[in-house]
Amino acid sequence: MGELRWRVGVDRETCIGSGICAATAPNHFTLDADRSRPLAELVEPDDVVIDAAESCPVEAIAVSDASTGERLAPEE
Amino acid sequence: MTTTSEPRTYPFGLPDRLNLDPRYARLRAEEPLIRVRLPYGEDAWLATRYQDVRTVLGDPRFSRAAVLDRDEPRTRPEPTSGGILSMDPPEHTRLRKLVAKAFTMRRVEALRPRAQEITDELIDQMIDHGPPADLVEEFALPLPVTVICELLGVPYEDRKDFRRWSDAALSTTALSREQVQEYLDNLHEYMAGLVARRRATPTDDLLGALVRARDEEDRLSEDELVRLGVGLLIAGHETTASQIPNFVYVLLTQPEHWQRLRAEPELVPRAVEELLRYIPLGAAAGFPRYATEDIELGGVLVRAGEPVLAVVASANRDESVFPDADTLDLRREVNPHVGFGHGVHHCLGAPLARMELQVALGSLVRRLRELRLATPEPELRWKTGMLVRGLESFPVSW
Repeated sequence: MGELRWRVGVDRETCIGSGICAATAPNHFTLDADRSRPLAELVEPDDVVIDAAESCPVEAIAVSDASTGERLAPEE
Repeated sequence: MTTTSEPRTYPFGLPDRLNLDPRYARLRAEEPLIRVRLPYGEDAWLATRYQDVRTVLGDPRFSRAAVLDRDEPRTRPEPTSGGILSMDPPEHTRLRKLVAKAFTMRRVEALRPRAQEITDELIDQMIDHGPPADLVEEFALPLPVTVICELLGVPYEDRKDFRRWSDAALSTTALSREQVQEYLDNLHEYMAGLVARRRATPTDDLLGALVRARDEEDRLSEDELVRLGVGLLIAGHETTASQIPNFVYVLLTQPEHWQRLRAEPELVPRAVEELLRYIPLGAAAGFPRYATEDIELGGVLVRAGEPVLAVVASANRDESVFPDADTLDLRREVNPHVGFGHGVHHCLGAPLARMELQVALGSLVRRLRELRLATPEPELRWKTGMLVRGLESFPVSW
């Protein structure tokens, strides 16, 4: 199929549970035990996932191109 | 309406120092959601339990933008006129993203050495002049004001003006309506001037970056740009300037904690979190959220269109989350407090505030080891008619 997918990861050690991602992108993130986790690791491209990653105060969310591994957010 | 009784008057009373009204504990235990009537605006629900507070702040079914179309329950006469705090995603996300990068923990850590330098200079000056000193004017204000001025690109020498005007943003009854409007107008005019200067001479500070985001990429309107600048300048110093003396007040009036911190300065980061949890910074709950659909909360069905006030200070004392919640425990390990809020409006400046509070407290316990009140406690003057609690002045000796 070769369609573009994004890989979404949350570093739960870094996460402070601010709740910003779960409220910005409720279809992609949820909080459990006061920490965020992605609802799905592989997602269709959706800018709101980038928004969530770029809004995280501790940069605990990483979004990358699933096939190439290229980092899409947050910016270095 | 699901109400069964008359709404209660809220706030329950005037704030007393940094004490949390004992009524919240009873409400958490017996009536986690009650109807309240504020000085202005329509009646609201008041949520006091930790989980309910997190739901109101973090669940996208609750809206802040709705306040603009409604008679928002509030403690000040002026209705909210807009700004990032009365936006929902995606508009909120668009603006927040423009500034979020500047306030990540990573970016803020790079400012720590400069914050330490400013702090050291302030303590040097206090030591040079000798005790007593006013911890507010000589330490707690200049530290965050200098940091936010440098970050944003606001001339520090203008502080006398914008400091006075900033009080307008936090006044409930301290200033008259006319004064509030005048000061807010002054702040906007002042910020518009700084923006105009950047158009003539670009800068690489945060305000310069926002001007480019507007002029080159059209990512925000002129009004949003100026409001954001004003918001960052005020939020960037007012709360931290109040919290530093609040922290020291709590530690000096429960001196076993000051002694512990002095003996174990490595506890400072944890102590900062615990003090953020323990101290009710807000004079009362504010910034209500409107339910956009029927939502079950605290055993009550909140109807679509009804506003809910979430009491962060009460959530932070919820025994089901924080054992011995009314006890200050500088070693507390699990501390998911909501002192910076929760959800999309979680304090943008939280990493900056944390860093400044750690530097301030760490430096005070190291260098002014014999710090103590220079006046009897009952003579301390607390701010009144403001959204946040804090000392007018704080005479200290060492």
